[in-house]
Amino acid sequence: MKAALRMGIVTAGLLVVWQAIVSVTGAQPFILPGPPAVAAALAGHSGLLLSHAGTTLAEILLGLVLGAALGAFSALVIAHVRPARLWLLPVLVASQAVPVFAIAPVLVLWLGYGMASKVAMAVLIIFFPVTAAFYDGLSRTDPGWLDLARSMGASRWRQLVHLRIPAALPACASGLRVATAVAPIGAVVGEWVGASAGLGYLMLHANARMQVDLMFAALVVLAAMALILYFTVDRLLRLAVPWQADTLWQDQEKEPVQP
Amino acid sequence: MGEAAPDIEFAVDIRGAALSYGGAPLFDGLDIRLEAGLWTCLLGPSGVGKTSLLRLIAGLDGAAAGRVRTGPVAYMGQNDLLLPWASALDNAVLGARLRGERPDFQRARRLLSEVGLAASVGARPATLSGGERQRVALVRTLMEDRAVVLMDEPFGSLDAITRHAAQDLAARMLAGRTVLLVTHDPLEALRLGDRIYVLTGRPAALEALPAPDLAPPRDVRDPAVLVAQGDLLARLAA
Repeated sequence: MKAALRMGIVTAGLLVVWQAIVSVTGAQPFILPGPPAVAAALAGHSGLLLSHAGTTLAEILLGLVLGAALGAFSALVIAHVRPARLWLLPVLVASQAVPVFAIAPVLVLWLGYGMASKVAMAVLIIFFPVTAAFYDGLSRTDPGWLDLARSMGASRWRQLVHLRIPAALPACASGLRVATAVAPIGAVVGEWVGASAGLGYLMLHANARMQVDLMFAALVVLAAMALILYFTVDRLLRLAVPWQADTLWQDQEKEPVQP
Repeated sequence: MGEAAPDIEFAVDIRGAALSYGGAPLFDGLDIRLEAGLWTCLLGPSGVGKTSLLRLIAGLDGAAAGRVRTGPVAYMGQNDLLLPWASALDNAVLGARLRGERPDFQRARRLLSEVGLAASVGARPATLSGGERQRVALVRTLMEDRAVVLMDEPFGSLDAITRHAAQDLAARMLAGRTVLLVTHDPLEALRLGDRIYVLTGRPAALEALPAPDLAPPRDVRDPAVLVAQGDLLARLAA
């Protein structure tokens, strides 16, 4: 409730600043429309916006599921199979050295104007933070636990399943949070390069026809979608990893100890 | 009260062991025998190689030279090493899980209630006190059912009163087993040890000290224990 109130205040503040800039600079509506114009566009084109948002959301969600699965799988492979670590890790790092913006046209060329190229783009952006974070977690298991496991006669596989993976879940969750935050980039970039549906496509289209209010409306929908997605994923991850206590603000909220 | 000890054939017999740490020799030609069914306590300054010796016996590190004869051992480390995502019961049966065996939940429950944790069977470690966590770790060690138990300062992180209770409990639950206890605390060694050794010098050498002529766990109010503690402290500080 408190969080919702804070969010409302921040949003209202941003809207006021936005309107102030429009009023002070006297910007033309086709350069920077004010909040009322964007609100009108939101209401007037709600059906259009919703259908395109559905396409983009489907791309993001598919990309997230596939990207997270691929990321977790590659982290497990490089953590468990030594040759894979030596050969695959540099390839994974190199794959991120190529900007996704640069290969977007190629993906559209190969996979077509439909959803596949956007999902592929999202997967490319998503899998790496998941791999990096999960691998990091897998390789940092408490050495004491591993000593204990060895003294108990555990195979490497069972150490992975019973110790390394659960111990790495909080790190994996951090990777998934980052992935969720960047997932919309992949989908929207893909839509810019070549698409017939989606918010990115709609924005490009509206921009070309000077419908800047519609463009901003699409942007608002995209931002709202990304925020809801992020907070949903964050909530789910917290439920999935309940033993990972949040200690960042605990000290400040407790009464200071009197000497 | 304690679990029936498994057939004790194994004691630990180490002859001429050599081990180095970071290039520097910790010990060379070290002999130590753990008599079956007795508690052997190992004292010594930090960094002298007590933990290394224990890890050598546990098979966690190999010796550069020498002969190590030991049976299967259970190992209890410096902290409780409980898994934060698992309940007390799941932590207690970790060994079976890690070997792919069917966990004996019934026995784990019985042991947990024997150490006074009947109500905390389903509790995660974060909700338990330091002493309770150590008791779960003790049950996990007992679940291994090994003749030889190696303990590396298992009570070091507990406050004095909790430690005292934990020592009594461990002495009771581990009765009949061969125990090697590495400790910093002279009084702990004097309360629990049938045999007491001090590891000093570099390369380190073992020196046997007389244990008070009473059955462990010994009463801390006993004059013989207190005098021995004074002697031991003076010796370690010298």
